[in-house]
Amino acid sequence: MSAAAPAPAAPRGRAPVWLLAVAIVAVIGGVLAVLALAGGDTLPERRGPPVEELAVERTVLKPGTIELTLRNTGPDAVAVAQVSVNDAFVDFERSTSEIGRLGSAKLTIDYPWQEGSPYAINLLTSTGAVIPAAVAAAVETPADDGSFFALMALLGLYVGVIPVTLGMLFLPLLRRSGPAWTQVLIAFTVGLLAFLVVDGALEAFEAGGASGGAFGGPELLFLGAGLSFLVLSGLDAWTKRRRAGAAAGGASPARLALLIAVGIGLHNFGEGLAIGSAYALGALALGAFLVVGFALHNTTEGLAIVTPFAGGRSPSPLLLVGLGVVAGAPAILGAVIGATVGNAELSSFLLGIGVGAIVQVVVQLAPAMRDADGRLLHPRAAAGVAAGALALYGTSLLVAA
Amino acid sequence: MIHFRLMHKTTRRSLLSTAGLSAAGLVAAKSVGAAAHQHGASAPAQGPAHAHGGGANGPSFRAGGAVDNALNGFDPTELLRDFDWGRTTRLPSGRVLREWTIHALDKEIEVAPGVSFPAWTFNGRVPGPTLRCREGERLRIEFVNGSAHPHTMHFHGIHPSDMDGVPGQGAGLVEPGMRTVYEFDAEPFGLHLYHCHAAPLAEHIARGMFGTFIVDPRAGRPEADELVMVQAGWNTTFDAEGNQLYHVNGIPFCYMHEPVRVRRGELVRIYLSNLLEYDPVNSFHLHGNFFQHFPTGTSLTPIEFTDTIAQVQGQRGILEMRFPHLGQFMFHAHKSEFAELGWMGLFEVVA
Repeated sequence: MSAAAPAPAAPRGRAPVWLLAVAIVAVIGGVLAVLALAGGDTLPERRGPPVEELAVERTVLKPGTIELTLRNTGPDAVAVAQVSVNDAFVDFERSTSEIGRLGSAKLTIDYPWQEGSPYAINLLTSTGAVIPAAVAAAVETPADDGSFFALMALLGLYVGVIPVTLGMLFLPLLRRSGPAWTQVLIAFTVGLLAFLVVDGALEAFEAGGASGGAFGGPELLFLGAGLSFLVLSGLDAWTKRRRAGAAAGGASPARLALLIAVGIGLHNFGEGLAIGSAYALGALALGAFLVVGFALHNTTEGLAIVTPFAGGRSPSPLLLVGLGVVAGAPAILGAVIGATVGNAELSSFLLGIGVGAIVQVVVQLAPAMRDADGRLLHPRAAAGVAAGALALYGTSLLVAA
Repeated sequence: MIHFRLMHKTTRRSLLSTAGLSAAGLVAAKSVGAAAHQHGASAPAQGPAHAHGGGANGPSFRAGGAVDNALNGFDPTELLRDFDWGRTTRLPSGRVLREWTIHALDKEIEVAPGVSFPAWTFNGRVPGPTLRCREGERLRIEFVNGSAHPHTMHFHGIHPSDMDGVPGQGAGLVEPGMRTVYEFDAEPFGLHLYHCHAAPLAEHIARGMFGTFIVDPRAGRPEADELVMVQAGWNTTFDAEGNQLYHVNGIPFCYMHEPVRVRRGELVRIYLSNLLEYDPVNSFHLHGNFFQHFPTGTSLTPIEFTDTIAQVQGQRGILEMRFPHLGQFMFHAHKSEFAELGWMGLFEVVA
């Protein structure tokens, strides 16, 4: 067959492609069905006792009760028959007597817990197995009422929107510096974002490790990061093509700034999650230290967002405020979700989305570091990247959430 | 034979729990449970089954759950006053020969509501039957191993080494499906015990192979409402590190749900043994009253008038008391952990 053969347009005498696809899928499905029905009988039963695994997805403490949301992360059904807290059996209500694979249940334990004390909770299953759960330090879980949401909004405003917008005040300085300084600042932004990638990935690993693993632990980070990277890259390519006629290549400053803002916004969402869950556990000191620490930390993010506006037309103040909200407001949402949902797997996945988005921004931003000779990591750029990473590392020491 | 007895018991229990009792069922229940009814003990608990516990009111299993005594084949309330005197004949010398047949049986027991445990038992119950005899009698115990594991019956008492029921002595290990006969004199009088001595010893005891062995003094003891209590635990995780559940007579909290009924002013005698495995010491504390303590029951003179005693594993003692006040009085291990993990009960003193 010659390499120059014309594209086949359904040659005569052959089945259409869709029919072929249907036939193949049908054969695979049929064989799998037979295997499922008959194959199991040819293998011996599993030896050994049932494998009982439960993960605590959420702990809610109210006066006199401890509420556990459990997820069955093992292969077999689990029935929690009795519960003891600090070596004393307790009365409890359960939403279901048997938790199936991947199923969840809520246990409401009647127990006069004391603020600040640790509690070892043993779940005694129908087979006599003990699945431990723990409360590191008992603190009443905040109620999801109006004042709670107002508090979370205020926190998000303090640590997200205000610092990011403040950072944009560097814009006039940026616009009056020459191209050499612009490269340094872009390199600084890249370094800063690179630090956020590492920071976010480590947090996602931690969250994934803390989950029961029913829906995957740390791999959720890679799934989230991969998905967000691909979606943002695809969106980017699509918008580029639509504008291809208008601008002569290269990303427009506003679009690049928006991408950076989205990436940072997703990162700040992760920060909000951490703040919210720390608040829910009573582990957060809501003081000036936290606010100032986050402000310093996130001001540098504002600088990163306005870097694309170093040359060309000056952006409108409205656009800047909009970018500030895009980058900062997700901290509010993150705080609310972190304090109310507290799901480790969801956190891992969402942090992963932030990581992927920032990687995509770095890919977009990095070409602008090039000097006149087209070198990427020339001395100024390398210094800028290092300075950016060090600046975020330094300011991250100020926040303990 | 033992199967028949267990089935009989089960049938009786299920008849009792059926709403529409037939006349025949009532008669059967009366005749079999007569001894227990004498003290009004096997009557169902008064008030709600979950009268105690919850939150600051004390430990509790999940409200609404109950162990299925019928399915277990034994009822802790009936075990209290269930003394197995065996079968007696006269030897040519005129001496009494007392005989029992004891079966080792593997059995799933519901040890807490909704929690099952693969127990190894004597006669399908934990504790095993309370074997009772009189000082000086000749005792013959036929031991039939119906379990899937080798076992022995080791009695505390004075006897020859080949009757000691340990591996390597006399009959040694009794393999599954095999049987042996232990024969010795009933001495000394007192409260003793028996348990399996196959290795690993701790596991064979922790799985439930133990029981009470009482040798009455020749002259007997004063008339009393006599109760047997065997303290032990259930290590449901088999990790040999403590127990998940603590109890007297097999089922944790059983006498909280169904208090032990005794009469005001009547002499109450408790045969208390400690067979707790994996924890060093057990204890007994009585509320609102004091008792005379006869360690091992080998003397008829008490050593102390107290409300709390401690016993290591294998240690036992007779406690005698009269309740001057009506009402409910707690008894429990004065090791709060054991108490709150199930070793806790109530006396209900009635007029």
